[in-house]
Amino acid sequence: FLNSSCFDLLLIEMVPFAYRLAQQLTVERSGANTQVDDEEQREAVFRRLDALGYRVGQGLVERFSRDRPRFTDTLDMIKFLCKDIWILVFRKQIDNLKTNHRGVYVLTDHSFRPFARMSMSSPSEALARVQPFLWFPCGIIRGVLAGMGIEATVQAETVELPGATFQIKTVTTNI
Amino acid sequence: MASNKAARDGEKIWKTNVDKVNAELVTLTYGTMVAQLCSDFNHKYGEVNQQLDKMGYNIGMRLIEDFFAKSGVQRCGNLRETAETISKIGFKMFLNITPTVSNWSADNKSFSLIFDENPLADCVELPNDGRAQDELWFSNIFCGILRGALEMVQMQVEAHYVADVLRGDETTEMRITLLRYMEDEMPPDDE
Repeated sequence: FLNSSCFDLLLIEMVPFAYRLAQQLTVERSGANTQVDDEEQREAVFRRLDALGYRVGQGLVERFSRDRPRFTDTLDMIKFLCKDIWILVFRKQIDNLKTNHRGVYVLTDHSFRPFARMSMSSPSEALARVQPFLWFPCGIIRGVLAGMGIEATVQAETVELPGATFQIKTVTTNI
Repeated sequence: MASNKAARDGEKIWKTNVDKVNAELVTLTYGTMVAQLCSDFNHKYGEVNQQLDKMGYNIGMRLIEDFFAKSGVQRCGNLRETAETISKIGFKMFLNITPTVSNWSADNKSFSLIFDENPLADCVELPNDGRAQDELWFSNIFCGILRGALEMVQMQVEAHYVADVLRGDETTEMRITLLRYMEDEMPPDDE
């Protein structure tokens, strides 16, 4: 075990780090005079954090689902995500899980760990600025599900700090 | 601070004052990040080392606050005390390891940290491309962290790895050199 600050600090720094890299790599590839378009940069940062999370998620399933009984259905896997994985990564369970029973799952965390120590004077600005911090966790969710054979898209939003909501839409299921 | 006292304090802080997280999660996240960096920079490992160092530097500047808040450590009187504190309290409370302080230079301005264990590098293998073994410092983020953290307490240091078991070396050794104590100066871009 390690101090949880290690992971928290790594998660926080990952975002500005991804921005720096996206900027630097674009400049390197297309010459020093390129103007980096905001939208493009956002997209690049998103892809980078999502891909990173995806791989971490896959690794987590590989390592931490070994000793449990076989999954019975998709809901069972989602529960594994909400409980075991969430506790492992964010040190608490998902507070609320809703599903329409047709492949859409909505996970709500009322006090999402990475947001626990964030605050800002203007709430609307805060909501815009925390968005990138949801991309890595979205990637983790996709990766975890993929590791169990579920293709899904994941969208996250937050309406009030420190809460966060993740909407999972499964594309195909193998079960 | 005497060395044993530091060790006892470190142990106590680790046991009572620290919220814990699974080490594999951190190792996996860090390893994945390094792998992504290597492919981003086409395995130009010099660049990767630099990026890891920079990332560490930013983390270090934040980590120092957490360090003081949880450790209650007082100002160190000299570099030897600082070194003991880094090893027995700093590394202990964050990573539950205690690297050995050794190889002091004659002027007492540089020393080595020898790592018997390194949670970041557990189960890690460097890419087998004939270059990573010579060029990549996998745990280089630690150098940045020390540099960033110490800068916040007015110490400008230089830190780099000189050996790493991942490369096939006997030990993992980081060399830290104090460049100067900084006066209380205004940050350059601050008005």
